[in-house]
Amino acid sequence: MKELIFLFSTTLMYSTPLIFTALGGVLSEKTGVINIGLEGMMTMGAFSASLAAIKTGNPWLGLIAGGLGGLSLALLHALASIKYKANQVVSGMAINFLGSGIAIFLCRLIFEGTSMTPPLDLEKKIPVYFSQYATVYLAFIMTFIIWFLFNKTVLGLRIIATGEHPKSTDAAGLNGALYKTFGVLTSGFLAGLGGASLSLAIVSNFRPTLISGQGFIAIAALIFGKWRPLQTALACLFFGFSQAIVIFIGGREDFHFSSQLLSTLPYIMTLLILVGFMGKTTAPSALGQ
Amino acid sequence: MKLQSIILSFVMIFSSPFAYSADKALRVGMVTDVGGVNDQSFNQSAWEGLQKAKKELVIKASYQESKQDADYPANLETLFDAGNDLIWGIGFKMADAVLKAAKQNPKQKYAIIDFSFGDKTPANVVGVMFKAEEGAFLAGFIAAKMSKTNTIGFIGGMSVPIIHSFQYGYKAGAKYANNKVAVLEQYSESFTDAAKGKAIANQMISKNADVLFHAAGAVGDGVIEAAKEKNKMAVGVDRDQNYLAPKNVITSSLKRVDNAIFEVVADLKKGNFKGGTTQNYGLKDGAVDIAPTTSKMIPAALLTEVNTLKKKIADGKIKIPSDEKAYTVFAKTLK
Repeated sequence: MKELIFLFSTTLMYSTPLIFTALGGVLSEKTGVINIGLEGMMTMGAFSASLAAIKTGNPWLGLIAGGLGGLSLALLHALASIKYKANQVVSGMAINFLGSGIAIFLCRLIFEGTSMTPPLDLEKKIPVYFSQYATVYLAFIMTFIIWFLFNKTVLGLRIIATGEHPKSTDAAGLNGALYKTFGVLTSGFLAGLGGASLSLAIVSNFRPTLISGQGFIAIAALIFGKWRPLQTALACLFFGFSQAIVIFIGGREDFHFSSQLLSTLPYIMTLLILVGFMGKTTAPSALGQ
Repeated sequence: MKLQSIILSFVMIFSSPFAYSADKALRVGMVTDVGGVNDQSFNQSAWEGLQKAKKELVIKASYQESKQDADYPANLETLFDAGNDLIWGIGFKMADAVLKAAKQNPKQKYAIIDFSFGDKTPANVVGVMFKAEEGAFLAGFIAAKMSKTNTIGFIGGMSVPIIHSFQYGYKAGAKYANNKVAVLEQYSESFTDAAKGKAIANQMISKNADVLFHAAGAVGDGVIEAAKEKNKMAVGVDRDQNYLAPKNVITSSLKRVDNAIFEVVADLKKGNFKGGTTQNYGLKDGAVDIAPTTSKMIPAALLTEVNTLKKKIADGKIKIPSDEKAYTVFAKTLK
């Protein structure tokens, strides 16, 4: 029982930042804009969240600031890739460098030259309900909201149409650029929340290495989830679960397994499922155009 | 353009000899790794060491910050051109760059923190290593004495020799304090994944561990966070990490890069630069220690015991194991 609870709560903890960020990726890519810059937006989000939570003493303001931090970089991505039609992959990569660069620069500027923010006290962190941080529940609520957006609303359908067939939305007199901008900005906000859920809940401070690779795993998860919100969230949970399994097996006293080999398990499992069970993935047809 | 390049070359030709002959004070420069000079870790500690040397040994000190790994060669070159007597590379990441620079400029003295070139150390290079196992031994001793459950944990970054020395030093110290204590050990295979550190720590806590030591870089943020949330004890690494969780971090196993750097510079000043060798600094040299905040976190009686132990180690009366093989031998000597 103790083991099951551990696996369950570790899976939730691990996948929460990924779910936020991957959902952000879905929103952007559904409108046809590739967002490789999720990692940078997460970094910016993690830093702004920590900064705001320290300065205001309120974790919820921190969380919102995290979203806005991610959004500020998304603004640049939108400008470059929608307004000026720059290559979206290049712009996204630039955002990744920029995100960590700006975060470290500001951190040093504000916190006397250190590249880490001071830790938050327990009571200044995101509150815990039923032994899970509120961000965990928020990630699931967000999944549902975005599922609802795509499946039950006109806005969602228009977003999908922009990413699948921009010519027909143009013909229908819709402003494609507007929907694309909406998708990119919300993706930045969500990636920012993803970063914030790390610096406000999983740990209580920001440091430059806090985000190392999560943004890219989120991109893998959204491809894994075929650009659908529910499946994407499931993919994140799957990744979190495989990490939990790694930690569980690695902590067994009764048998020893090479920790190096073990740590590759989540990636191998992901690869196997991608190759074995996924079938053809279907990206939005006008992605990147 | 042409005029510019002529002026530039004049500047390049004349600037370094001028800088060199301006005064006779010893010049020592250091290149930070990507952490930068204010990283609250070994780069900062290194710079503090040079500043101490500046004050007490009357030298000239300067640093170059690296923004990325690719900056190392250029930064080393800059310090070379500035006519430094000794150039430091801070951190094992700079090993290749330092080795190349040392071969190119055989008359220039170099030193590197946390790396040993072993038998292949060039005659103009000193490698500086720390006996991490000695600090970890004290940490393990304290952890075992403080544990109420007789179960303590160790979380390692990557399973490499330098981390093994923390692991086995810690384990040896714990068993030395109390042979019945159980030591849970797990590697995260990462130095950055804080979530993984937290999960491993949570798992150890669920198995009754109440003191957790990490030698895992930023993974340790997660370990200390878990201790903070569950109100358990934690042991920091490399620097005093008490500020991360003032109620929970009972001690930290310190690497005093500053003292090691000071030692080497003092040797140089005495004309006793030990080029071609690797220096292993430990408790005896003040290069390894436990955090000053320990004194307010543990009972006075235990602190006295720790101080006695320190002296024994410094005098070489206890040989601390730094790998599994030595640990097995050590464990047999315990009752």
